[in-house]
Amino acid sequence: MAIDMEQFYQVFFEESFEGLEVMESGLLSMDQGEVDSEEINAIFRAAHSIKGASGTFGFNHIHDFTHVVETMLDEIRNGKFVPTQEAVSALLGSVDVIRDMLQSAQDGAAVDEVLVREKCSELQRILDGGRAEQVEPEPEQALPVEEQAEPTIESELNQRWMPEQKLLGWHIIFRPLPHLTRTGNDPLRILRELSGLGELQVHADVAAVPPLSRLEAESCYLSWDLHLQGEVPREELDEVFDWVEDDCDLIIIPVFPEAKSGDRKPRQDDERVQQSVPPLERRKGERRHEDGHNPIEHSAGDRRVSKPAAASNSIRVDIGKVDSLINMVGELVITQSMLSMMGHDFTMDRLEHLKDGLDQLERHTRDLQESVMLIRMVPISFAFNRFPRMVHDLSVKLGKKIELKMSGEATEVDKTVIEKIGDPLVHLVRNSLDHGIESPAERLDMGKPEVGVIELNAYHKGGSIIIEIKDDGSGLPKDKILNKAIEHGLVDEDNDLTEREIFELIFQPGFSTTNTVSDLSGRGVGMDVVRRNINELGGYIEISSEEGLGSSFTIRLPLTLAILDGQIIRTGSDIYIMPLVSIVESLQIRTEMINVVAGRGETVKLRDEYIPIIRLHEIFGVEDAKATELSDGLLVIVEGDGKRCGLFVDDLIGQQQVVVKSLESNYQQVEGISGATILGDGSVALILDVPGIFRLARGEGKGGMVEKPVIDSTESGIAGDGERV
Amino acid sequence: MASILTVDDSTSMRQMVSFTLKGSGYDVVEAVDGVEALEVAKTRPFDLVVTDVNMPNMDGITLIKELRNLPEFKFTPILMLTTESAAEKKQEGKAAGATGWIVKPFDPEQLLSTIKKVLG
Repeated sequence: MAIDMEQFYQVFFEESFEGLEVMESGLLSMDQGEVDSEEINAIFRAAHSIKGASGTFGFNHIHDFTHVVETMLDEIRNGKFVPTQEAVSALLGSVDVIRDMLQSAQDGAAVDEVLVREKCSELQRILDGGRAEQVEPEPEQALPVEEQAEPTIESELNQRWMPEQKLLGWHIIFRPLPHLTRTGNDPLRILRELSGLGELQVHADVAAVPPLSRLEAESCYLSWDLHLQGEVPREELDEVFDWVEDDCDLIIIPVFPEAKSGDRKPRQDDERVQQSVPPLERRKGERRHEDGHNPIEHSAGDRRVSKPAAASNSIRVDIGKVDSLINMVGELVITQSMLSMMGHDFTMDRLEHLKDGLDQLERHTRDLQESVMLIRMVPISFAFNRFPRMVHDLSVKLGKKIELKMSGEATEVDKTVIEKIGDPLVHLVRNSLDHGIESPAERLDMGKPEVGVIELNAYHKGGSIIIEIKDDGSGLPKDKILNKAIEHGLVDEDNDLTEREIFELIFQPGFSTTNTVSDLSGRGVGMDVVRRNINELGGYIEISSEEGLGSSFTIRLPLTLAILDGQIIRTGSDIYIMPLVSIVESLQIRTEMINVVAGRGETVKLRDEYIPIIRLHEIFGVEDAKATELSDGLLVIVEGDGKRCGLFVDDLIGQQQVVVKSLESNYQQVEGISGATILGDGSVALILDVPGIFRLARGEGKGGMVEKPVIDSTESGIAGDGERV
Repeated sequence: MASILTVDDSTSMRQMVSFTLKGSGYDVVEAVDGVEALEVAKTRPFDLVVTDVNMPNMDGITLIKELRNLPEFKFTPILMLTTESAAEKKQEGKAAGATGWIVKPFDPEQLLSTIKKVLG
């Protein structure tokens, strides 16, 4: 039966990647000197599983490399090798190599054989060095001696008669030890297998069977004298007896024409014959590496995956979620059939029933929708997992001492969000490592603990997920940022920016305060890209920082990109959706609250804060707006990217969950619009994008913003949301 | 058709074994580790057990010992899946009461032919 192994690849890749994560986090904690046997066992087991499965599924190069890694882990596990910092680093590097190999296998790409070979010899070298130092070198001669086992009568017989004569068959004396059956082995199976190899004469020896009174039903008392005819290779016999060789006395003698050795019955007391059966060491499929040469040299190319191994975009879903989904569909079906029954002979006196039924339908649909959304939700640990390693590697590189604290890893977020938030998070954590946390000496000078702390927190807050990246480093250098901004002509010299507005400047394109481009930062990715990526996810980022004490970046993201809680607003005949998370409050304003500030346009004074006003009908060119006087319409105070403004609209209509459709993939990016949706009456409504609206307003020089207008000509505008549907 | 209990913490391996055996008409039950396997074994007998050795919670060797303590499993053939490097594991397994072993890596045909031999 041919079995298509490819169907198991996807699961194999997934579990192997998970195994690598186990290895990585285990190795990282080992690095801090906290290794316990449970931990090292878990690491070993992960490597062992990857090795076993990769071999079985035909990824021999992964198997061979992992074997080397496993060997080192095994020695550590058995206490034969005490891991050095170097060894742990090499093992961590090997995890990366295995990950690359798996990735290449998944993508059908070629493996970097040089890297694999280098890593492999590095491991070998460390292992050899470590062994030599820490344990008595095992006598090298031991193995060969064992292999050329002491000549036995049997092998003498073989040697004496083998060369020139034709083999007639085998004489086998098979005497199971009493416990043989208790290993689940059945002597009859062995006889059956032998008879499959050639004509078999069976003589059972019942001499050892005790009287019934003393007979133990579970023991084996029979032994057999077997004559197998035919030119059967010895290996096939060995294979038959492979599992039972330790559970029986076994004598296998070849039969040749003249010698008639088959007739020579070994005497019962011929202890030497019985004891001297050499160990049958079958090593089927075994690749031996003990000879010290590098297995990878042969096998890295063994398996060139001919085509990508079906890298489908799958998701692991908790079975509980699926069950509740099925439950809900059941409820929905019941409600549906109830309604359809009602429809058959509907009379007006059953109107109440109908309403109840429709309410129920609505409830179930909403529940179902929420459950379906849950399926896409994965814990944010998928995005956080890479950080322990990254912080470890980079802090070594930078000579800094840094502790990473993470909380809320189990917080669930939409899978798309996870995929896209990774890079911005990496950038922010790198920034904290590189620019935030000071060197140990500097920290001590300032009276801070030597070890800096970076915190990553995630939690849910009011329909959003909040991710915080905090460090207790030097904080953002306010003056430096301001000088730089003035230098670049981003702000005037006689500005009156608040602290918060100054921090906002680092999100401007091309802004960077470091003079030297370090190895870590300066990869051409600036904070502007971080903000844009987060905006693309419908989220915002805010900064707070205190010089000398540290900084904190707070990212607020929607829980899902597919559905949005929206406020329907109207201006003229146009209907728009404003994401509910962006709305702070809505109010009707009186004329006396309005101030016109030179260079800032209209503002409204609200609790001692001057908030700029953006007239939606003006920036979108709506001509039939009902309210043109500020006191006639409504002001919706919205918030985004740490800024606030009042959006002037005709009316608020209602709140609704809307399904987000991509504007970009169906039309094109539009500034100020993040997507579109279809309303209950079938009409299309555009979904507003708050930061985009801020930019629009700024670009037109109307409305003005809290901050002074900054040069903004290079900014391409908010990107659309290709993946949102 | 004969019933087989297959135990492996690796999902891909377990699926492969299970798929192969089911394809040949065996009645297959899967367990993710020794603990789960033992629980299942206490509820019903099997004609054959195929178990991985290295597993979290309860490894294959312990599982074999535990199974041999159950009256229903005293003579049930138990095969272990082991890697080639673990010669001592084979001995350990045999001492625990394993019937035999299948050496990893193996392909589905090898697995089937071995199992057919054992089940007759």
